[in-house]
Amino acid sequence: MRFLLDAEQTAFARSLDALLTAADTPSVVRSWSAGDPTAGRALWSRVADAGVFALAVPEAYEGFGPRPVELAVAFVELGRHVVPGPLVETVAAASLLTDPGPAKRFLPGLAAGETVATVALPGSGPYMLDGDVADVELTVTGGSGGTGASGATVSGAGEPSTGELRLTVVPGSGSSEAPGGRVRRSLDPARRLCLPRPGGELLAAGPHLASGADAALVWARLATAAQALGVGLALLDKTVTYVKQRSQFGVPIGSFQAVRHRLADAKIGLEFARPLLFGAALTMDPADVAAAKVTACEAAYATARTALQLHGAIGYTAEYDLSLWLTKARALRGAWGTPQQCRELVLAADVVSGGARRCS
Amino acid sequence: MDLTHSPADEAFRAEARAWLDVHVPAGPLPSLETEEGFAAHRAWEAELAADRWSVVSWPAAYGGRDSGLLRWLVFEEEYYAAGAPGRVGQNGINLLAPTLFDHGTEEQRARILPPMASGEVVWAQAWSEPEAGSDLASLRSRAVRTDGGWLLSGQKTWSSRAAFADRAFGLFRSEPDTPKPHQGLTYLMFGLRAPGVTVRPIGRLDGKPAFAELFLDEVFVPDEDVIGEPGQGWRVAMSTAGNERGLTLRSPGRFLASADRLAALWREHGRDPFTRDRVADAVIGARAYQLFTYAAASRFLDGEPVGPESSLNKVFWSEYDIALHETALDLLGGDGELAGGQMAGGRAPDGESADGPSAGADGGGWAEGYVFSLAGPIYAGTNEIQRDIIAERLLGLPKGRR
Ligand SMILES: Cc1cc2nc3c(=O)[nH]c(=O)nc-3n(C[C@H](O)[C@H](O)[C@H](O)COP(=O)(O)OP(=O)(O)OC[C@H]3O[C@@H](n4cnc5c(N)ncnc54)[C@H](O)[C@@H]3O)c2cc1C
Repeated sequence: MRFLLDAEQTAFARSLDALLTAADTPSVVRSWSAGDPTAGRALWSRVADAGVFALAVPEAYEGFGPRPVELAVAFVELGRHVVPGPLVETVAAASLLTDPGPAKRFLPGLAAGETVATVALPGSGPYMLDGDVADVELTVTGGSGGTGASGATVSGAGEPSTGELRLTVVPGSGSSEAPGGRVRRSLDPARRLCLPRPGGELLAAGPHLASGADAALVWARLATAAQALGVGLALLDKTVTYVKQRSQFGVPIGSFQAVRHRLADAKIGLEFARPLLFGAALTMDPADVAAAKVTACEAAYATARTALQLHGAIGYTAEYDLSLWLTKARALRGAWGTPQQCRELVLAADVVSGGARRCS
Repeated sequence: MDLTHSPADEAFRAEARAWLDVHVPAGPLPSLETEEGFAAHRAWEAELAADRWSVVSWPAAYGGRDSGLLRWLVFEEEYYAAGAPGRVGQNGINLLAPTLFDHGTEEQRARILPPMASGEVVWAQAWSEPEAGSDLASLRSRAVRTDGGWLLSGQKTWSSRAAFADRAFGLFRSEPDTPKPHQGLTYLMFGLRAPGVTVRPIGRLDGKPAFAELFLDEVFVPDEDVIGEPGQGWRVAMSTAGNERGLTLRSPGRFLASADRLAALWREHGRDPFTRDRVADAVIGARAYQLFTYAAASRFLDGEPVGPESSLNKVFWSEYDIALHETALDLLGGDGELAGGQMAGGRAPDGESADGPSAGADGGGWAEGYVFSLAGPIYAGTNEIQRDIIAERLLGLPKGRR
């Protein structure tokens, strides 16, 4: 029992942080939001070179994985730097592609960052993230014969049914489509929501796809939780810096107790989400991951509210970079499972916390 | 990064569980905040101590098992899961003992710790005064030098369980004219039935009389009952208080057990949809607190001091505890208003106590637990004070006006 990141994991986080700091992610986000993915794709390759996507890809297919703890470490950093794109979706895609044929065909490209994937799963909502920029769209359709352990694919009567995994290779991949048509704007300008294209190539079919979709959902939630935690940590950092600099009534606003205490509460929220995230990465139990997802997203969102309030009007402007994190925090809260769905899942098991026996 | 306990730790868990299975009283004891309950809980401390389960992390020489922090956490998980009684000895065990380990003399440890471990001597904390709450350093009780010791005078208040306890520890002003209020204080121990001590019980919000104020009129304390150097009392008291608040004041086992009981209550009430999210949050919160503590323990074992991080968990558990109990009362509807022990078919409550588990789904207890939980944001340093510590020492924000 040593529930702490080891030196290698901490060094990995630090090197990603350095890479992303140097990359000036806010300007990458802004061009991504404006429909020009060139800088985003370039950054994507560098993130892949650092090994991030390989963490979700098995060694047999040129990955390092699956390594959920390291993946969580990486996604905290990606969230901290608001890296744009279907990051979570690419991880979900990697865990969907388990049949040898499709795995061999796509996983090495995903691991290397040459392929950007986006995904729609049963129950994941009507849109695919950044479908206009991704190279491939993966869609799982059909009911689920699975246990519904992830909460995504609970089928009515529980009769087994057959899922289908379909692939659409995006025409002219890498060039973004203009909004309008099937692209919808998100309240987070960096998230481009797309209606899935109909049809596509049938990659696989069978009941196992339902459990594959469940597993993909667990990975997506873990990555989202980590990303949200990173977003929240960045919001807290930026706000702490700001309140030390901004003066009113002749003193820094950070000396007012009403300000200090809001930030202390934000810190508490984030620091208690962190162990849930890494605990979930260790167990990959769907209920643990759901708990981490709801807690990290709520903490990040609460921090976003605090960050905006304490910045005053400047925080409410699109020009000021804080907005990139603020809108992300809101969007992630509903992505890959609403707070309510996640909480439901936590209580779905008959023995909930397992009390004292849990860690044994 | 790993959450599995070693086989030896698991063997320790099994041993603790087996012992608790046999020894935990079948029904709850009367509240330890009453005279009768105090005696019953003292006997329970003795039973724990007889098989060296009362202070597992202490050295064997003083009645412990030298178990280390992780096994202490494991023990606490088992303890609360088994529904074992609240710990009447906790003030001494959690607050005084660590101070003696760090600052006491060998003679003091040998004299004071074994009877503390067995419940033979139960300790009360006498820190607060009527004019010195959050601003503890403004305390005015005096220690005046006399032959072979000190004479204590003044008033202490809000001293938990002092009505029935045997001895107390606290800070006294031994040098009246120091430039700063936290200088010139001395940390001393005194008998609650010594000549010159008047103990006046105060009814708490729940009416229980174990809380007390203490009037001291030239109470003699021999030199051997000074902890650390005279005049250095503030440093002595603070060095361990923060540490202990961080790791041992509220063990996660307590909240894991309460969350399980709440979830059971929720299922009994037909998976009430209106409280579902709050019940889920209680379950998640217990897990978060457990994992947060495991991370803190891991850092501690790596040699890092606990430090101001302890303020994060003080605020967390105290607010968590209220939310958990509020949820239970809301689930119970009209019955939520009943003071413990009255629900049809329910077992009598443990008698909430500073450390007692709430009686669970099987009746009563929740209301008493709720009333006790309300004190959490006030004692052990109010949550406002903790937020100030977080702001200044963890976030690096400028000092505010106090
Ligand atoms: C159930 C219970 C058990 C206790 N047991 C013991 C015990 O065993 N031994 C013992 O010595 N004491 C004990 N106490 C006392 C406890 O430690 C004090 O109540 C606590 O330190 C707060 O002091 P106070 O009550 O005087 O409140 P005050 O200090 O008067 O504070 C009142 C309010 O003002 C706020 N406030 C004060 N200063 C600031 C500031 N700078 N910034 C913002 N807000 C501020 C406080 O946070 C609080 O909300 C116990 C209290 C309770 C409720």
